[in-house]
Amino acid sequence: MMKSVEQKTLALNGNEAVAYAVKQSDVDVVAAYPITPQTIIVERFSEYVANGEVETAFVCTESEHSALTACLAASLTGARTFTASASAGLALMHEMLFVTSGCRAPVVMAIANRALSAPINIHGDQSDTMAQRDSGWIQIYAENAQEVYDSIIQAFRIAEHPDVLLPAMVCLDGFQLSHSVENVNVLPDEVVKKFVGVRQYPMVLTHEGKMVPLKLDPENPMTMGPLAFPNYYFEFKRQQEEAMKVALRVIREVHDEYAKISGRSYGDGLLDSYFLEDAEIAIVCLGSTAGTVKTVVDELRAEGIKAGLLRMRTFRPLPVDGIKKVLGHVKAVAVMDKSMSFGGFGGAVFHEVRHALYDLDKKPFVVNYIYGLGGRDTSPMQIRGIYNDLQEILAKGRVETPVKYVGLRE
Amino acid sequence: MQSEWKFTAKDIVEKPDLFMSGHRACAGCAPATVMRLIMKALRGPTIVTHATGCMEVVSTIYPYTSWAVPWLHTAFENAAANASGIETAVKMLRKKGRIKYEHVDVIAIAGDGGTYDIGIQALSGAAERGHDFLFVLYDNEAYMNTGIQRSGGTPLGASTTTSPAGEVIPGKLEPKKPIADIMVAHEIPYVATASPYYWRDLIAKVRKGLEVEGPAFLHVFAPCPRGWRSDPAKSIELSRLAVETCVFPLWECINGEYQLSAPSKVLAMAPQKKKPVKEYLAVQGRFRHLFAPKYEKLLDEIQRITDQRWRKLLKKCGMAVV
Repeated sequence: MMKSVEQKTLALNGNEAVAYAVKQSDVDVVAAYPITPQTIIVERFSEYVANGEVETAFVCTESEHSALTACLAASLTGARTFTASASAGLALMHEMLFVTSGCRAPVVMAIANRALSAPINIHGDQSDTMAQRDSGWIQIYAENAQEVYDSIIQAFRIAEHPDVLLPAMVCLDGFQLSHSVENVNVLPDEVVKKFVGVRQYPMVLTHEGKMVPLKLDPENPMTMGPLAFPNYYFEFKRQQEEAMKVALRVIREVHDEYAKISGRSYGDGLLDSYFLEDAEIAIVCLGSTAGTVKTVVDELRAEGIKAGLLRMRTFRPLPVDGIKKVLGHVKAVAVMDKSMSFGGFGGAVFHEVRHALYDLDKKPFVVNYIYGLGGRDTSPMQIRGIYNDLQEILAKGRVETPVKYVGLRE
Repeated sequence: MQSEWKFTAKDIVEKPDLFMSGHRACAGCAPATVMRLIMKALRGPTIVTHATGCMEVVSTIYPYTSWAVPWLHTAFENAAANASGIETAVKMLRKKGRIKYEHVDVIAIAGDGGTYDIGIQALSGAAERGHDFLFVLYDNEAYMNTGIQRSGGTPLGASTTTSPAGEVIPGKLEPKKPIADIMVAHEIPYVATASPYYWRDLIAKVRKGLEVEGPAFLHVFAPCPRGWRSDPAKSIELSRLAVETCVFPLWECINGEYQLSAPSKVLAMAPQKKKPVKEYLAVQGRFRHLFAPKYEKLLDEIQRITDQRWRKLLKKCGMAVV
């Protein structure tokens, strides 16, 4: 462990860890609307506001659509902003997710991942955020409450970086993380405040030839959210993609800088590998499932089986080079998806991982496991079953069923 | 509530335009005139936010803009939520000493679609939360930007592309939603109606809406020659005729107290000056079918509803109903 600042240990669930991190991050405006399993975040935060523990305006809007709109507009006015949502709430924000990234507003949002209706289900899966993977938001998936806390603080720095200026969502698995209490080490208030700093604005050239900060400012009037015809629209989108590329670097830098202060790191900030160096078979997953998988990897390793795990901490931007580097030598890979891409070939994470590995001369077998939809529990035995399947694929030298479902009545 | 601000026509002419020329509005577009008048009423640092709609589209075609104030558009249904975010940010940044302005006025502008229909939820929420902003509805009575489709603000009998006058249906079957009264029901401090023909009244009302603390709502009548099938040279005359026929009476509701504005008060005092609705309808192609024998009865119905609404308004204003 690196030398780090002295920290308090608090018993917090994932949602409380979010609220605590936001409390310490000198946020100007929080606008939100309640939805399970996110509600504890805004409940705790409104308590901080009610007790005068934060200098933050809390706007309790009439919908998620307005919550994100208010954050976006406040952000463009120069404020540091935060919101939280899940499932149907995130789906209702869909339109505004694209507007937020298109306006280059560095809003930070926590998502307590939850299934989408119908049938209505309040439990955890990643259908909600996977459905928004092309909305131009950075997506970070946390493994535990500690990482939730650390990632929220990092997210403000990443999103507001002048070369990035993209909104960021930190995803925590509904109930597994949002409602499970863990020991969370928290940094002192002043350390976090110093780390996030005061929001800086990139300077832009106005039509009058002046360099001014990019925000709605009566002294330097600027038109934001204009109409762009086919002659300009495409360039706006290309710039967003470029910012995502820069974000790959900035996420790592911010992660490393934070690690020096806190003593905590998560792989390189993008990918978190577990016994991958010499692995022959590996699982790829996001979020809290990694904890279960690690337990199974430990057991298999004890039995002499060369099993490993790749937890993708950052899904957007996709760390393509990293994926190639850490999985290139593995012989068989099982990608776990906690969401469906109906009518597609497997789930979203599978698409991306398999796609990233396609260019390698020597490609691993890559198969897909859809699991845990609507909060269905996934046991260590089932994970073991997946590793067994991978061993079988290696023994046979071929894949019979590329996409499988875990723990499902068929 | 009486504004301290007194102004002459010369003051207004000499005040620099903050909604500038070069926009792509159609010939005879009353909303564009309304924008210019609104911006003449400003009193200091101001941020303007727009719903998607004609005025947004014609004034901010990248890389050009007609706005000499900070201006934001994000989507169609959320102009009031934009205003909520801007107003909240300004207050907190001011509190933390991160901006220098003592106060920034916030104006949200939307058309009838962005107010009556898709925008009403955000508007109602922002009004309930009490944000300090002025919401201006420029009402051209249909979705003109997308090609003249009916909205909750389209009047009874109007032919639009989604309420066309056909062989069996005489255009729109429902009267306008009483949007300004709905805003009064939110118990916000200031609600008013205005028409660009009465430009002094309009500018004064914008200023009052900015001066009042808390949400203010201004419903502005804004003829659209393309959608109304009217003479582009007559938009301002139509703005007058709508008031003179009591189709669009001018009033204010200050802290729950209704009062008629001068142009409508004249008609309340001298009812013989009130013009028949037919005069207003006859000069607009969107009502042309009502003048064929088949649908004539609807003309009487429109007159009846107009009279009924006028009588209700007079009662609210404590005026004798003649």
